This record gives sequence, structure tokens and C-alpha cells, in this order.
Amino acid sequence: MKTFMDRVLPFPSLSLILWLAWLLLNGFSAGHALLGAVLAVVLPLTTRPFWPNVPRVRNLPRMFSFVVVVLYDIVVANVSVAIKVLGPLKSLRPGFVEFPLELDDDFAIALLASTISLTPGTVSADVSLDRTTLLIHALDVDDPAALVAEIKQRYERPLKEIFEC
Amino acid sequence: MDSLIEWAVSIFVIIGGVFALVGSIGLTRLPDFYTRLHGPTKATTLGVGGAIMGSLIYFSWQEHALQLHEVLITLFLFITAPVSAHMLAKAAMHRDLKRMRETRGEPWKQ
Repeated sequence: MKTFMDRVLPFPSLSLILWLAWLLLNGFSAGHALLGAVLAVVLPLTTRPFWPNVPRVRNLPRMFSFVVVVLYDIVVANVSVAIKVLGPLKSLRPGFVEFPLELDDDFAIALLASTISLTPGTVSADVSLDRTTLLIHALDVDDPAALVAEIKQRYERPLKEIFEC
Repeated sequence: MDSLIEWAVSIFVIIGGVFALVGSIGLTRLPDFYTRLHGPTKATTLGVGGAIMGSLIYFSWQEHALQLHEVLITLFLFITAPVSAHMLAKAAMHRDLKRMRETRGEPWKQ
């Protein structure tokens, strides 16, 4: 027996994001609030088969601190990569680094891979078919083991706590 | 107050412009495909981020109301930019593109 929530709002957070996006794009008014609400219900329902099993966020405060850490890292890493790009290129030591994944949920892995790509200096290049290893290309890496340890501590552990997977 | 806002807007726009420029310089200077991938990731984060912060402050001040739709640009970029970088890297490995001689580690073939 499906509950009312399952049938009308299978993804409450997606609906909320769609509704807010609609209001931000069109301006706040009663008409747009109503139209946006209709779309926020209809769009997730019609695209439901395309969505993989998205895990629930179990630890909301942890998610906010994760977002703050990532934004801070983006700013810091941007500056350090900018200096490297403008400096002598001979001293660059790019490398492919294999990152052993502890996450076992596709959505969480995708979030981790996106975070790695967003923080400048590292791009996630591939994920192994069995979802156990992530291949990262780093622009300038001294010690691959230290890079792996840093990503584990700063990004993977929080994601593990957020989704409990 | 006006000049304070003008200063804040100018600083954010300049920061955005500088990082977009550095991203483009990286695109021309860096020696191989994989390192060049790192240029655009910078331009889309701080480059666009700075321009958006400037625009957000300027229009919120002009219209006397908080304008947040610029934030959506950041949100959409943060979702799409890593995916395109990932696909580019995958395609490059598949085609076995040349890489810098100093590159450590091996790309995958799968």
C-alpha cells in the first residue's frame, strides 16, 4: 500500500528545490507560487523512472558544514592553482591518483566526484565499474597518499555521515 | 553607503574577471589535455562566482530588494561543470591522448 506521500511527493526535497527555482526565476507572486507548486508536483512524478534510488539526507547540520568546507576549499584552492598556472610550468607534477572509495551509494559517489572536480587542482576522471576506485587527475601533486588522505578526511567522511552509507 | 556598495561590487567583479582570465591563460599555457581540464574548473567556480556576487549586490541595491536568481546560475554550474569535465577526461583516456612526460600514474582503459 503506497502512502499519500509516495504517490504525490516521491521526492520532497526535489520538489522544494524546483519550487524555489521557479520562484527565483519568475519573481515572488501568488500566481507563480501556485504554478510553481503544480510543476513541483508534476515534474518529479513524470520523471520518476529516470531517478535512481536517491538516499535520504540523515544529518542536515553535517550537510551545511560540508557545504561551507567545500566553498572555503574552492576559494583557497583557486588561489593556489592560479599561482601554479601563472608560475613556471616545468615545476608542475601532474599525476593520476587512484582513490579507494568507502562510499557504496551511487549518488554519494557522484557527489564526491563532483566535489573533487569543483575544487580546483583535481578532476575526477573515471570511476571503476565495480564502484570501488575513483581515478583522479591532479594538476600538481607532491604526495598522492597525502592527497587521498585529505580527500577522505575532508569530503568522503562527511558524505558518509550525511547519507549513512 | 553608495560608495561602499560600489566598492564591494567593483571588488567582486574584478576578482571574478581575474580568475576567469587566469582560467583562460591556463587553457593556452598548460601543456597537455588533462592539465588544461583544470583551467575551466577555475573559471566556473571563482570567476563566475565573483561576477555573480557583484551582480547580486548591485541589483539588490538598485531594486531595494534581495535579488537571488543569480544564485541559480551557480547552482546549475556546480551541477553541470563536474559532469562535463568528467566526460571530457573519460573521452581523453579512451582516445589515449598524449600527456606530460612528468605525469605520474596511469590513466585507465575500461
